Amino acid sequence: MTRLLMKGTDAIGEAAVRAGCRYFFGYPITPQSELTHYLARRLPEVGGLYLQAESEVASINMVYGAAGAGARVMTASSGPGISLMQEGFSYMAGAELPCVAVNLMRGGPGLGNIAPSQADYFQATKGGGHGDYHMIVLAPNSVQEILDYTQKAFDLADQYRNPVMVMADGIMAQMMEPVELEEERNIELPAKPWAATGMAYHQGRNVINSCYVIPEEMEVVNLRLEKKYQQIRQNEPLCDSYLLEGAEIVLVAFGTASRLCRSVVDKARQRGIPVGMIRPITLWPFPYDFIEDIAGRVKWMLAVEMNMGQMQEDVQLAVKGKIPVYHYGRLGGMVPVARDILEEVVKLYNGGALR
Amino acid sequence: MKKVFTRPKTLKDVAYHYCPGCTHGIAHRLIAEVIDELGIQNTTIGMTSVGCSVFTMEYFDMDMVQASHGRAPAVATGIKRVLPDRIIFTYQGDGDLAAIGTGEFVHAAARGENITVIFINNAVYGMTGGQMAPTTLMGQVTKTTPFGRSKEVNGFPVKVCEMLTPLEGAAYLARVSVHSPKSIIQAKKVIKKSFEVQMEGLGFSLVEVLSTCPTNWGLSPLESVKWLEDNMIPYYPLGEFKKPGVLA
Repeated sequence: MTRLLMKGTDAIGEAAVRAGCRYFFGYPITPQSELTHYLARRLPEVGGLYLQAESEVASINMVYGAAGAGARVMTASSGPGISLMQEGFSYMAGAELPCVAVNLMRGGPGLGNIAPSQADYFQATKGGGHGDYHMIVLAPNSVQEILDYTQKAFDLADQYRNPVMVMADGIMAQMMEPVELEEERNIELPAKPWAATGMAYHQGRNVINSCYVIPEEMEVVNLRLEKKYQQIRQNEPLCDSYLLEGAEIVLVAFGTASRLCRSVVDKARQRGIPVGMIRPITLWPFPYDFIEDIAGRVKWMLAVEMNMGQMQEDVQLAVKGKIPVYHYGRLGGMVPVARDILEEVVKLYNGGALR
Repeated sequence: MKKVFTRPKTLKDVAYHYCPGCTHGIAHRLIAEVIDELGIQNTTIGMTSVGCSVFTMEYFDMDMVQASHGRAPAVATGIKRVLPDRIIFTYQGDGDLAAIGTGEFVHAAARGENITVIFINNAVYGMTGGQMAPTTLMGQVTKTTPFGRSKEVNGFPVKVCEMLTPLEGAAYLARVSVHSPKSIIQAKKVIKKSFEVQMEGLGFSLVEVLSTCPTNWGLSPLESVKWLEDNMIPYYPLGEFKKPGVLA
């Protein structure tokens, strides 16, 4: 175990390498670019390949090919580039190919700006591309978690043969924090007997495909995928909580916003306001059950997000109308200030929302 | 009795969906014969594209990967970089390659990606019902150029081989046709060469195959081969546009 100071983008890259990922296909975009700088140096050291594609569209299709050939592979981008990859995610979900995609979210819509944001929540968790499919979405909130969950993302992708997204933002990407880095291990990658590697290398004939012209056949595939998604919903929801004991009010936040909310909880408690926090780590599958359970014993929840209230809808679904779910957000690349969130909490606590 | 003619090993014994007189079947057969002759059926992975060619995954007896519209060269790049010792080819129509896929095939060529692209040019979108393709000839009537392709509205047809010729990464570029027995024999030689270029690791190879689409041209199969010969070949001259030094 080594303790060292590490930057978010380097942590994503190092985690990928340690997870056995040897291929990265991508296209420059801020604030993702520093990850590609790291991997362009690091991957050749381990016999891997960093290839700069002509576009995000080409990147995700190179990822599709590499995944189809059985490799652990990843790409990364920011909002506008992730939008261009949506078709590819849909194809990969349809063809049941594993990959890891990192979205370092920035202000939008449109070209927006390069400042930190959480406004791609809907895109990541509600489909983004066409057709009935889901991506597993992980939202770390520290450099240590970036290391841990990026590695986990590769395992989940292989286990479920499905694309997995790691979502963060420019703050997480640029931030340096101390991390515990485990010794590099030789990891055993799972066998992929389904991969298209040439018939000399496996039994029978392998076809990587998402095209089912006959509706009856497509429906069978849809049902098979849904069964898998149901399994993921049951087994994989992850969330963290803070000071829920005795809480009457719960803040719900992920990623960067959750770091601010933690200090809001502390400050509110100092003032005698019984606040706690729930932090979804998997945004899909969303931890509905955990939040519903907590909703039974608190007065209201406040979704704090760097968007117009996207995760708020999932919190509302989770509480099933039992309690109000409010929203506080900053937009366009603006980051909430702990003091302002606290003010919102105090206002709501004093009945402000009812006025 | 001695068998003198049979189905190539690399083609599956299934019914094809192609319309009567369509030359996709000939192109498939040539590719399969070449793969048989080179003994690479078990080490080759084919990319299908979107359009009539999507069903090639059901026809070639080998590992196949279905790519989204236009992206087959990017998908092929991903596979080839992971498995550099396998033979990778894409099979793409003119809409797929020369319209929506322009970025992917041009950059695969520019990178010198060691893959083979078989490009079927029949001057029309087939699967979607006969719309104008980037390779539709001037004046040609299609569903979306009912008064004929005009330079004012539609601009000019794309000459893919000529366009790639200046790129250093493009090792082998050739245009063939499958409208006559003679041209078919020539086409097979060229397709074989394109695979050999890849096996030698010489870089990107592309064979443009002029083909017919009787259904969407509104012509009989016989009229179609005549139309190809009279109209397509003058605009899209046959021949090898670029050869690696060792082949020249």
